Amino acid sequence: MPLTPAGSPSAAITLRGLSKHFGDTRAVDGVDLDIADGEFFSMLGPSGSGKTTVLRLVAGFERATAGTVELAGEDVTTRAAFDRDVTTVFQDYALFPHMSVLDNVAYGLRVRGVGKDARRKQALEALGTVQLAHLKDRRPGQLSGGQRQRVALARSIVVRPKVLLLDEPLGALDLKLREQMQVELKQLQRDLGITFVFVTHDQEEALTLSDRIAVFSDGRIVQLGTPREIYEHPTSEYVASFVGTSNIFDAATSTRLLGRDATHALRPEKISLSGADEVDPGTTDGVVRAPGVVTESIYLGTGHRIHVRLDAGGSLVVLEQSTGGRVAREQRGEKVVASWSLDDLVTLT
Amino acid sequence: MILSSTVRRVLVALTGLVLLVMYLPLVVVVINSFNPSRTLTWPPTGVTLEWWRRAWESEGARDAVVSSVEVAVASTVIALVLGTLMSLALQRYRFFGKSSVNLLVILPIALPGIVTGIALNNAFRGILGIQLGILTVIVAHATFCIVTVFNNVQARLRRMGGSFEEASADLGAGVWTTFRLVTFPQLRSALLAGGLLAFALSFDEIIVTTFTAGAGTTTLPIWILNNLFRPNQAPVVNVVAVVLILVSILPIWLAQKLSGDTEALR
Repeated sequence: MPLTPAGSPSAAITLRGLSKHFGDTRAVDGVDLDIADGEFFSMLGPSGSGKTTVLRLVAGFERATAGTVELAGEDVTTRAAFDRDVTTVFQDYALFPHMSVLDNVAYGLRVRGVGKDARRKQALEALGTVQLAHLKDRRPGQLSGGQRQRVALARSIVVRPKVLLLDEPLGALDLKLREQMQVELKQLQRDLGITFVFVTHDQEEALTLSDRIAVFSDGRIVQLGTPREIYEHPTSEYVASFVGTSNIFDAATSTRLLGRDATHALRPEKISLSGADEVDPGTTDGVVRAPGVVTESIYLGTGHRIHVRLDAGGSLVVLEQSTGGRVAREQRGEKVVASWSLDDLVTLT
Repeated sequence: MILSSTVRRVLVALTGLVLLVMYLPLVVVVINSFNPSRTLTWPPTGVTLEWWRRAWESEGARDAVVSSVEVAVASTVIALVLGTLMSLALQRYRFFGKSSVNLLVILPIALPGIVTGIALNNAFRGILGIQLGILTVIVAHATFCIVTVFNNVQARLRRMGGSFEEASADLGAGVWTTFRLVTFPQLRSALLAGGLLAFALSFDEIIVTTFTAGAGTTTLPIWILNNLFRPNQAPVVNVVAVVLILVSILPIWLAQKLSGDTEALR
């Protein structure tokens, strides 16, 4: 997806040279980013990578040290949070404990001066969207984690913001609920047509949900692209290892194994194993076959994760799916040949 | 933890002894306020309301009660406003000299009353040239009353975290609306607890008061001190002491109950 030019009406958020320093720490260090209108955009990175600070700068909770924030082409860098057309779903939900669920959802309308009946009606509608209309009179303290999450969502969308910011909103939920909420979030975003900016450290979540992903490290964006681009064509070792699992061949191993003097990454699921007596090692027709010894085989339910020490040096992680009743025969100590297509190798810089 | 029965008996006895030493004298004061003997002979030979009637009719005692209430209410109000503003500033914003300000606010409660008293006395009369009176007492009491409000509000704000206020701003509420609809409702019980403590502290304060009251102003504790050793007044002093006990203990008990209740709610 091409970058939209700054200030063009189709850019919901435009960041230029955005930096935030806390004392000597550069939490955000010169971020340039354009997020398109209606996009589901994820900021992915480990804790401390600056993704949450970028979100807080967009929301207006932090004042930028340098750079600008534009919303729909308008410079809002120095505007207060209440003066920006974005709302946030907080990691801890931040539901007002002294108000009922309905009053929480109606809050944004109340402070905008919407009349009592009108705001009750709209809040109930928003609660209906997240299937919680029946809990309108409860206090937040009486809700489960998943329900609180939905109330927070309803409270944020009821004011019809142009952009919804989500700060690791699924982090506190258990796996089943997470997966269900992922589907609902995606659906909600499609129905509302609002731009979603989603902060997460969970690479799988980012890959599943997003139109585009920005991978953060040390306050900078290290790679920006569609989930497929990020996963299949990582440009750095950092991205290759952070997003999914990768086998990294350093320059020395690459030279021995492939005859190429550069660092390479290879996804575990792109490798297949055969018995040492079944195929001959060597590279033919664009397929690399490297002999080695199985050092570990771990049963995963959906398949096996097998660790192989290559005769040429270095080790591999291989993911074998259990398909068609095939059982992984590889046992520890067994000699095998690992093979993969040259096309599946990613050259890193 | 399981204690052996001997240890438990010893601990029970010790606890009883400590409580006895603390509360028996108070009980004696209460009983003596109904003791018909002018010299408070023990044990009392009957029950009388004579001293209560005399205390009620004593203009000095009544004026002292009024002064004490005025001082306590005024300094509590000052403490509530300033203490809340101060804890909001220190808990929600970053600024230069923040930790020093934090320490300076709490210090007055640790400072010996006599030092505060002398210092304020010098400042009011010597430097500012203000006549001592009820206003100077109010200001003096407010210096330490602020601390109880500050501590209560500070603790509540810390536990609240900042995300409610951020959520409110995020949904479009300005600073004042956020305080009115989100922050204040959650501070209410902390303010009540802090205010009641401040009231109780001010109501029975004597040292700082002595140095800042001047000749014309008599609060209840000062009236007691002045009358304790006068012949004929001892029984009336007992009655006033009982009133003082009630007025001081009630707010503390309420404050504790309130902060305990909100604890349980969370």
